[in-house]
Parts: sequence; structure tokens; C-alpha cells
Amino acid sequence: MALDKQKSAGEVVALRRDGMTIGIGGWGPRRKPMALVREILRSPLKDLTVVSYGGPDVGMLCAAGKIKKLIFAFVTMDAIPLEPYFRKARESGAIEIEEYDEGMFQWGLRAAGMRMSFLPIKVGLGTDVLAKNPRLKTVQSPYADGEVYVAMPALKLDAALLHVNEADRLGNSLIHGADYFFDHLYARAADACYVSTEQLHEQLTLMPEMAKQNRFERYLVKGVVHAPCGAHPTYLGPDYGWDMEHLKRYNASAAEDGGWQKYADEFVAIDEAGYLAKVGGAARIGQLKQPVF
Amino acid sequence: MSEITLAELMIVAASEVWRDNGEVLASGIGVIPRLGASLAKLTHSPELLMTDSEAFLVAEPIPIGPRGNYVPKYEGYLPFDRVFDCVWGGQRHVMIGPTQIDRWGQTNLSAVGDYAKPKSAILGVRGLPGNSLCHINSMIVPNHGPRVFVAGEVDMVSGVGYNPARFSAGMRTDTIDLRRIVTDLCVLDFDGPDKWNGAAIRVRSLHPGVSFEQVQSATAFPLLKAHDLAETPLPTAEQLAIIARLDPHDLRAAQLKNNPPALRLASGIAA
Repeated sequence: MALDKQKSAGEVVALRRDGMTIGIGGWGPRRKPMALVREILRSPLKDLTVVSYGGPDVGMLCAAGKIKKLIFAFVTMDAIPLEPYFRKARESGAIEIEEYDEGMFQWGLRAAGMRMSFLPIKVGLGTDVLAKNPRLKTVQSPYADGEVYVAMPALKLDAALLHVNEADRLGNSLIHGADYFFDHLYARAADACYVSTEQLHEQLTLMPEMAKQNRFERYLVKGVVHAPCGAHPTYLGPDYGWDMEHLKRYNASAAEDGGWQKYADEFVAIDEAGYLAKVGGAARIGQLKQPVF
Repeated sequence: MSEITLAELMIVAASEVWRDNGEVLASGIGVIPRLGASLAKLTHSPELLMTDSEAFLVAEPIPIGPRGNYVPKYEGYLPFDRVFDCVWGGQRHVMIGPTQIDRWGQTNLSAVGDYAKPKSAILGVRGLPGNSLCHINSMIVPNHGPRVFVAGEVDMVSGVGYNPARFSAGMRTDTIDLRRIVTDLCVLDFDGPDKWNGAAIRVRSLHPGVSFEQVQSATAFPLLKAHDLAETPLPTAEQLAIIARLDPHDLRAAQLKNNPPALRLASGIAA
């Protein structure tokens, strides 16, 4: 059976349903599957539960009213620490939230991937993460120590959306950046994982050193979307840095009357080719400097 | 030579928190903590581990800001996946700047005001619940005042402290290890006589020109005074030279409002 998992972003989003739980890979303003996020923004999808180490992906989905519930540990754009549209949604009570420590969050993804209902963890004890979340319960060790842990519930995903540097039609993928974050856990936690990719190959043929950059198996991947510059305006090491000029403009829009609508009219209500042309094209994006931390 | 700044004094005070920690990962989040950790590694504690603040361990601290021709000296790999292994194993000392701190050492980085509809949403709890429970923690406060050092509990307990009301039977608390708080007025520690009973936080040293009373009036809970209360030392010429090399773009000058000098007249300080 020859595998060909290539899909368009539109096809991937059309398979989603209102109310689904969607995990979004990357971390803050780093390696976010923004082409797929923009496709959700263009779609009629609504009432989503979004699970994300949040950056502008979460902010834009908040701004567009797509999120019913957010499962998160933070939302930030690093150099712009406070995400403006997340703050608006959070402060107005427009979204339900489930807030976890960063480590608990990946522990919940692990539990889902291991087909466990929960995993014990010390983290969260003594904090309002536990006290303010009625879903969270503790569990006692059945052994002589009797220690009490948080029972971190599985964060099961209907779909995971990830962005990678290279992939092939079979679903093999490579992440070249310095950090692969927790994308492998999102892939395992999801009923269906979709990767968007800078470069799409017929079939990858790799030397061992490069093959180490394959972080999860292709059987997890249900669809591959060819999306050059698909992480823009976030950082995709080593291909391009984040677009601070664009992020500043996006951030400033939140302070204007009807600011999101203006941003969306300019950057969302067009197709991906139009978007890339608007933001300077692959030539400009390829020149964006890698951030130093 | 230009005047020694308060930020430089705080960097030196920050570096002291990592003294005699042994072989742990030193994580200074923000300019002053990072320069403090870097100074510690280059002076009294070369055994510390540090990263490039992205995913690699480095043998020497990386200068902050644009690097020019500087090539990092990589010695290992520590992506976020492994950072949690490090945190949970307890081999780390982090210094961060929380939005609120209370008398128990509990910290808030999530939301100010009512949790359901906060007056101000900040970042989220990030890694504070795990950090505070699992390894050594210190804090940085660039604007010592009663809005940071709050009267009751912090609005959303993100990082744990020495608050017995927050723990019940079977929950281990022996891995909680809060060390110091470096502020623009003083250095605080958690060496009070009865830290699990609300008597933890002491003024350990006062910055030049600052009185205990000033610090107390800028803090919404009662402070203890260390029996050997001292003046926070000024940076030495050697320390200043290292700091200048680690911060070639002078980002430290933008960390405190108006970049005040280390030697201030007492009357010039807003409580």
C-alpha cells in the first residue's frame, strides 16, 4: 500500500467539528503551526477546547471567539510577555480555563498517550492549581509510604496540530530546531495528528544523525500539509526567526477599537498565498534573524 | 569610572544566592538574575550548570543580548523535556520575578484579583508549582512595595511557600527550599525562627542608604530583622568588570526605573 497522507490545510480543518479538543504544538512564540491556525480562523469552527503552551496561536483563537475552554500553563510571546487577546478573553471571563503547571501539562499529555486516565505527580500540591480546579483530585500511594500525589488527568486530544521543518508523504517528519518541545507527546495524545511542514518530500532517505531528528513515528500522523513559512510569525529554528515587527503590529491591534477585525481583514480573510505575500514573502521571512535568548 | 548602579549591586547580591549550591542547574530568569547566575559561575561557583536559555548546556555563561562573534561553548543538551526531569529530581536553583509574594513565600504569576474574572491576567502559573515544590528557589523584586509583598495570601498561589494550611497529611513538603529575595531595597531570606508558622522572612541586608523601617513600610506583612543585619556589599572592581563583559549592551541599565546609583541618599528613596 503506497501511503500518501498529503492534505490541504482546508481539508484538515474541514475534518474538525465544533466542540472538539485541539492540541497545538510548539511553545509560546516558537514553532507554532500558524498556517493551520489561520485556516481555523477562516473556518466556521467554534466552541473548541484548546490545549497549548500558548503563544499568538491562543491569542488569535481567543480574538476570533473560537475558544470555549483553554487548557494552558501560560500564554506569552516572550519578547512581548503579555499576550493581549488572551488577557482580554481571560479578564472578561469569555473563556473557561483549566490552568496547569508546565510539567503537569506534559504529564497529562503523556497519560493520554499511554492510554492512562491519570498519572501521579507531586507538582500542584499546595497551590491554587489544585484548589481552583474542581476536576483535579489527589491519590494516595498504596505502598507503605502512603504519600499523597496529584492525579494529573489525561489530556486526551481529538486532534493535534504540529509544524515541522521537513516531512514526507508517508508522515515521516523531522524537527531541526534546538528544541523539539513536547510535540511528540501531542502526537501520542491525539486521535488524529496533523503536521504542517516547510519542506514536503516524496519519501525521506536519511543518514543516522539526521534520522535522530525524527521525534515521533509516522503511524501517529494522519495528514501532512505542505505549508512553507507555516510557522510565521513565530520562530522556526533554524529556518527563520520570529517576525517581531508583525507581532508588534498584532499586539498593537488589541489596543485599537475594532483592532482584531482590522487585523483579520488584512491577514486572515485571504488565502495563505495572499498572507505570505502580505508579510513579505518567503524571501523576507527567510531573512528574519533567529532570536538570541 | 562611571558610578556603580543599584542594578549592579543587585546582580552581585543575586550571584550570592548560588554560592555553595553544588552542581545544580543555575537558572536566572530575567536580566539581573541571569547576570547574577553568570557572575556566580565565573567567580565563586564554577561547578554550576548553565544553559544558553534555549536548549543547550554551556561551559561558560553567554553574554546577554546580541552576541556578535561570540561562539557559545556547548557542553551538553537540556531541552525542555529534560528540564522537567532536572526540576523534579531537585537539581536546580531558579531565580524569578513573581508579581506577588506573601509572608509564607507563596508567589503569584497567574492572575491578580478574582480568579474567575481577574483584574489583571498575567502569564499563567508557568513552572512555578513544580519549581517551588521540587528544588531551590529565590526571587527578584525590582520594585519593593506593598503591591508585591501583599498583606494576606497572594491572589493565586502559583508557587508554594511555608504555609501549613495549604498541605494535608501525606503531602511531602521537605523538598521546599526557598532561599532569598533580592529587591531594590534589601536582601531577604527565609531563615526566620519558625518558618512554617508565618515567621520566615527576614531582612538579611539593607542596601546602602536604606533603613529597616523603610523596608518594613514598603512591605504589607511584618518582617523579621536578622540578628547580624548587614549592609549589602558594593560590587568589587573585578565583579564590575565581569558584569560589563557579560552585558556588553548595558541591558542592566534598563532594569530599574531611572537606573539609580547604588549609593543613594535615604531621603531620595520612595518607600
